Amino acid sequence: MKKSVFFGALAATTLVAGLAGAATLDEVKARGELLCGSNTGLTGFGAPDASGNWAGFDVDLCRAVAAAVLGDPTKVRFVPLTGDIRFTALQSGEVDLLVRNSTWTFSRDSELALDFVAVNYYDGQGFMVRKDLGVSSAKELDGATVCIQSGTTTELNLADFFKQNNITYQPVNVADDTEAQRQYVAGACDAYTTDVSGLAASRATLPDAENHVILPEIISKEPLGPVVRHGDNNWADIVRWTYYALLIAEEKGITQANVNEVATSTTDEEIRRLLGVSGDMGVKIGLQNESFKNAILAVGNYGEIFARNIGEGTSINLARGLNALWTQGGLQYAPPFR
Amino acid sequence: MTMATDSPRDGFRLSMLIYDSRYRALTIQLFVLALFIAVIWWLGSNLQNNLAEKGRPLSFDFLWSRAGYDIAQTLIPYTNDSTHFRAMLVGLVNTLVLAFFGCIFATIIGVIVGVLRLSKNWLIARLMTIYVEIFRNIPLLLWILLIFVPLGEMTPGPNAFRLTDEMVASGTLPAASMLFGETVAITNRGTYIPGFLFDRGFESGWLTTLVILAVILGSLFVHFTLTARARRVQEDTGVRPTTWWKSLAVLFLPLAALLWAMGFHLDIPQPPTRFNFEGGVLLQNAFVAMLVALSLYTGAFIAEIVRAGILAVSRGQTEAAYALGLRPNRTMRLVVLPQALRVIIPPLISQFLNLTKNTSLGIAASYADLRGTLGGVTLNQTGREVEAMLLMMLIYLSISLSISALMNVYNRSVQLKER
Repeated sequence: MKKSVFFGALAATTLVAGLAGAATLDEVKARGELLCGSNTGLTGFGAPDASGNWAGFDVDLCRAVAAAVLGDPTKVRFVPLTGDIRFTALQSGEVDLLVRNSTWTFSRDSELALDFVAVNYYDGQGFMVRKDLGVSSAKELDGATVCIQSGTTTELNLADFFKQNNITYQPVNVADDTEAQRQYVAGACDAYTTDVSGLAASRATLPDAENHVILPEIISKEPLGPVVRHGDNNWADIVRWTYYALLIAEEKGITQANVNEVATSTTDEEIRRLLGVSGDMGVKIGLQNESFKNAILAVGNYGEIFARNIGEGTSINLARGLNALWTQGGLQYAPPFR
Repeated sequence: MTMATDSPRDGFRLSMLIYDSRYRALTIQLFVLALFIAVIWWLGSNLQNNLAEKGRPLSFDFLWSRAGYDIAQTLIPYTNDSTHFRAMLVGLVNTLVLAFFGCIFATIIGVIVGVLRLSKNWLIARLMTIYVEIFRNIPLLLWILLIFVPLGEMTPGPNAFRLTDEMVASGTLPAASMLFGETVAITNRGTYIPGFLFDRGFESGWLTTLVILAVILGSLFVHFTLTARARRVQEDTGVRPTTWWKSLAVLFLPLAALLWAMGFHLDIPQPPTRFNFEGGVLLQNAFVAMLVALSLYTGAFIAEIVRAGILAVSRGQTEAAYALGLRPNRTMRLVVLPQALRVIIPPLISQFLNLTKNTSLGIAASYADLRGTLGGVTLNQTGREVEAMLLMMLIYLSISLSISALMNVYNRSVQLKER
């Protein structure tokens, strides 16, 4: 219903309206608000808290972009999108930016005419089962009923994994995460599969989290990242470099707390360029020179965002792992800011 | 003196298209038609241009690529190596099966409730009114959820049926037990019922099904020939020959012989050793919930149609039937209902169409219908929204028109034949 209305609206707009030609940056500035496609509710990554404020790892990236573009991290409207309408919403201009644990794949990049501008979380698909099922490996799931969110890459990985291992399963294709979790908790499926980060987030919200285990197998590569429409290269650059600014900030030890002080005291030329003290890097892509400083001021560096939302000690309790900086054995690596 | 004035016979002038009432209507219609076609053409070309500008021209090639995903309920052979087209067919079959059984159950419920609502028994009539009003006035989606969620939340898991060695040793019983002589299990995944197995059947299941159907149809044909002959004899001589034992024999003996020859036995579901029941046929909760919700919801509307149809038959017909000595039961069956059918069928067609279209709510219960495969997973995995939507609209349109056509044929057969 919600979806069919949406598709109807999409069809109608594609039928009647001409293609919106204006640059995304100008639209966002004119609107004074960034429209950010977000999860419908995945604790730690993107979910409204008790008082209705959106919070999470992905949400903070949206706030950073809003801070860089509009100078105010609160000028974001979060548009909750389910797995199967998120790309359509982005294509049709319903959102300016999609940060909703979406996996970067070839066909999404090419056929769907989208651009993945960076990878803000390196993930992989895993399985969660009840402890009392006595399963210790995903390969023991022969004949099990598995809940999957429809319209995701996990759906295809799952089919491939079971085929490669020559075992069978009974799929339950569910419309969204919440419903998948409900069916898993009710016991309508033996296992629940999605990205490990998502599993950890789901598990954290279960009342009896200790009775559920995430199986050791990681059956796929899931590079998750922010997505923009194909064709607006300047907007893609803005989102990409806002993200890299957060990474460089962590690498250089710039935090939310010390960014102002570093800006005045530093002698490191790259930091001076990043924070807009010297050069005109921000202006070159249509922002202000201090835009990236604003972004760091708003949400902190990448490490801070990670630690605050999903890191060790939070209810999600994810280790940095692949998402550590390259200097610390991870994959997070920003090109030089010059 | 002639009453009719002959129209002037002079030549046709272009202005006559507007000023001559003989041509004006035609001119206006042609003009509107041209306008209509232009608008449609404009919309279509606009769509095509916009899609092309986005770098995604309209193309249906995706239907022939590998689907790569699995579907919960497949009634025709399908694996994740099949094409998206095949996945679409799987969804279509699921939609049709749901619609078919839904229409049958809704009609049965509707006729019974519609008749009972006119019952002289105060309690029964009021109960039926409550049923109709409750189901008619609450959205179908809520009914689907209301039936689907408890089916999953309140029924035992498959493992609750398992009897382990320790349990045998300690003398305890499984937490849940099967129904109907250990043949049917209601679980939180679905209801397992016995399937059919043939020891000496044909290689392919399709052939077996076809042979059984052929035998049943043959039996029915002989049965109808028998009764038709009996009616002729009755009309000629006034004495109806006894046919019931012949009919019984013709209807059941060939089928029984065939089943025995093919080594028919039931495939009773076995409690799980690991995750799920083995053997038997699984009616998924999604299917059960959709079927129940659709049947009860549409049944309420059909009940009203049936009631209206019965009330439309004049009271005199019933009184005449009573005067002839027919009992109420037979009056309803032989006099009232056949006449009511004429009023009932046309709105009934709309209800069948509604039910069929409402199967697309299946996604709420994770039912893999056409909307779930073609309009759900395929649409998302390929990103071909416009194509998938157009195709789905075309398919639903074809299904609806076919149902209409079939029902219209039936409608003509029950209409009053005026000679």
